[in-house]
Amino acid sequence: MQKLLLLGDEAIAQGAVDAGLSGMYAYPGTPSTEIMEYIQASDEAVEKKIHRFWSANEKTALEAALGMSYAGKRAMVAMKHVGLNVAADPFINSAVTGINGGLIVVAADDPSMHSSQNEQDSRFYGKFSFVPVFEPSNQQEAYNMVFDAFDLSEKYRIPVLFRITTRLAHSRASVERQAAEPEKPFHLPSDPRQFVLLPSIARKKYKALLSTFESLKYDNRISKYNVFRDGMNRRIGVIACGIAYNYLMENYPDKEPGFPVLRITAYPFPKDIISDLTSRCEEVLVLEEGYPFIEEALRGMLDNTLKIHGRMDGAVPREGELNPALVARSLGIKTEQSYKVPAIVRSRPPSFCKGCGHSDTFNAVIEALRPYKSDGVFSDIGCYTLAALPPYTIITSCVDMGASVTMAIGAADAGLYPSVAVVGDSTFTHSGMTGLLDAVIKNSPVTIIISDNSTTGMTGGQKSHATGRLDKICGGIGVAPEHIRTIIPLRKNHEENVRIMQEEFNYMGVSVIISTRECIQTATRRKKAETSDNITKE
Amino acid sequence: MKSDIVLAGVGGQGILSIAATIGLAAVENNLFLKQSEVHGMSQRGGDVQSHLRISDKPVASDLIPYGKADIIISVEPMESLRYLPWLAKSGWLVTNSTPFINIPDYPPVDEILTEIRKIKKHRIIDADAIAKEAGSARSGNMVILGAASLYIDLPFKSLENSVRKFFEKKGHEIVEINLKALRAGRKC
Repeated sequence: MQKLLLLGDEAIAQGAVDAGLSGMYAYPGTPSTEIMEYIQASDEAVEKKIHRFWSANEKTALEAALGMSYAGKRAMVAMKHVGLNVAADPFINSAVTGINGGLIVVAADDPSMHSSQNEQDSRFYGKFSFVPVFEPSNQQEAYNMVFDAFDLSEKYRIPVLFRITTRLAHSRASVERQAAEPEKPFHLPSDPRQFVLLPSIARKKYKALLSTFESLKYDNRISKYNVFRDGMNRRIGVIACGIAYNYLMENYPDKEPGFPVLRITAYPFPKDIISDLTSRCEEVLVLEEGYPFIEEALRGMLDNTLKIHGRMDGAVPREGELNPALVARSLGIKTEQSYKVPAIVRSRPPSFCKGCGHSDTFNAVIEALRPYKSDGVFSDIGCYTLAALPPYTIITSCVDMGASVTMAIGAADAGLYPSVAVVGDSTFTHSGMTGLLDAVIKNSPVTIIISDNSTTGMTGGQKSHATGRLDKICGGIGVAPEHIRTIIPLRKNHEENVRIMQEEFNYMGVSVIISTRECIQTATRRKKAETSDNITKE
Repeated sequence: MKSDIVLAGVGGQGILSIAATIGLAAVENNLFLKQSEVHGMSQRGGDVQSHLRISDKPVASDLIPYGKADIIISVEPMESLRYLPWLAKSGWLVTNSTPFINIPDYPPVDEILTEIRKIKKHRIIDADAIAKEAGSARSGNMVILGAASLYIDLPFKSLENSVRKFFEKKGHEIVEINLKALRAGRKC
């Protein structure tokens, strides 16, 4: 079969296309964005008319995917780990309703927080909601697992969680394709009450879910991914999960490790596969990317006789992603490092692009706030969060999508004045609109500045739901038309923009200032594309 | 055969084009490959790196272990030093000499070059000047790749082929400019 060079994200996307996917749903978020982008760019997906539009947020994405599953089709939804918090409500309840067409939920975790606010481990969501979890260790496995995950999902009528981490999501390797499967036919659920979680129905369905979760442990589609390899050296046995297995094997390039190794890439699993390993070893080392998920389960509340090493006893660090050296150290293998980073090397944090509209917006905000002796502004998740760094240092919060709006409301309730939020356009339509409604209902004295670059910039410039609609959205929510101001963040407009901001700070009700200028990156790309279009036309 | 390569630079300098070019050449030679990239936040003018591992045997880890890289290829001098913990004692450091200054405390360039010269096997190249001579100031990354190609176990012809493949969509002229830059780097 054809071989492709694919990122982990792309391997999952290609796997889904080949496994008969009918609908892909997502909101952009590093490191998950490339799954949707790959499907949007795929000629095959276009030809098969696979649904492939961005959603307003992860919750709407997951619910739409559940709707596609309701109609009997295979659906996939992808998000970054914190996106699953947003989508937690439909996710946990979709386990109770069950599915009709196969449903895969991809959560891309970001240990070491390369591009995130935390390093939560999505495997806990699997356990929490009684949903099986696949944790591929390499790109080929990620591709193959999609087929098994859809089959498993349909056999047990349950959603399946795919947990990947940054290193797999953004690492490229060769992937061999399988024969493509046709899409599933449109068919509605045979039980019309399957998706009706009235308490009386939900109680029955929950009971059934608990027993399903027990029985699917023994399914071949899970057990074939959890592989035990015995070794003669019984002093220690190693449990390695997902990508941690690669870091383990990197330390044994030309030989077998010699000790028993249990490789885990699918959950839940029966107890015996653990006792197979632990019964023959004096000590166990658990290597897992993220939280000590298995390690904690092994330790339990009472200490048992088995010596267990892992993140909790410091054999590997408690937080941050793993690498070959950390794994080597936990096994007592010496590694050599010939050079150190010279002291002369300075850190180079990310910064606004030259000519970025956000920087002009913040320059105006800083000056407008000066007479008020303000500490700064609430802000949100996106490129504009960089205004927390010098030379701006004007942002006093970055918590979760949309929180700037609602934190500004709460702080105003407590007496903060002026209470100002700066939020991006895409973040606003993701989770800021409902907060704005709260503000309108009680006429909070807040100023919400929407820094509108007409794209989802930080993740690479995906289409924003907000583009061209912000004015109408804010008016529709109930902000008074005279307090919806539109400005263009350019140096030549600086004085006027400062004045407009101060006028709205002085107004003791809800104001929205829409500061609109296209992202410099997308503008450059658009202009390039237009020029090359013109050349081809000529 | 094994080549573990750390690619270094600043977001937007084109290190992923270098990675893709070497990657295509590795595929042409039926080698195993893993290449980890940086996406997201640090792409905005921050330091970026890519680990590229090619081998005639399957590659386990997506990340190169410390002290095991055969070569660091950097399109920016200070960035070439940031990844020294990955470089093997016998490894090569090939770097551009033109600094990319977007921070207020960027150290004096001659002090950076002094640090680079402390590495036993190093090559410092004015890639920007050579690229300009080749006809495109923006193909400095291909000049660096050309210079580094002497220390990567891949036929130069394969690299030329992958430059053709990689830039194909952008037109014949872009392909030729990048080939010229690649060859100029190889000869310098």
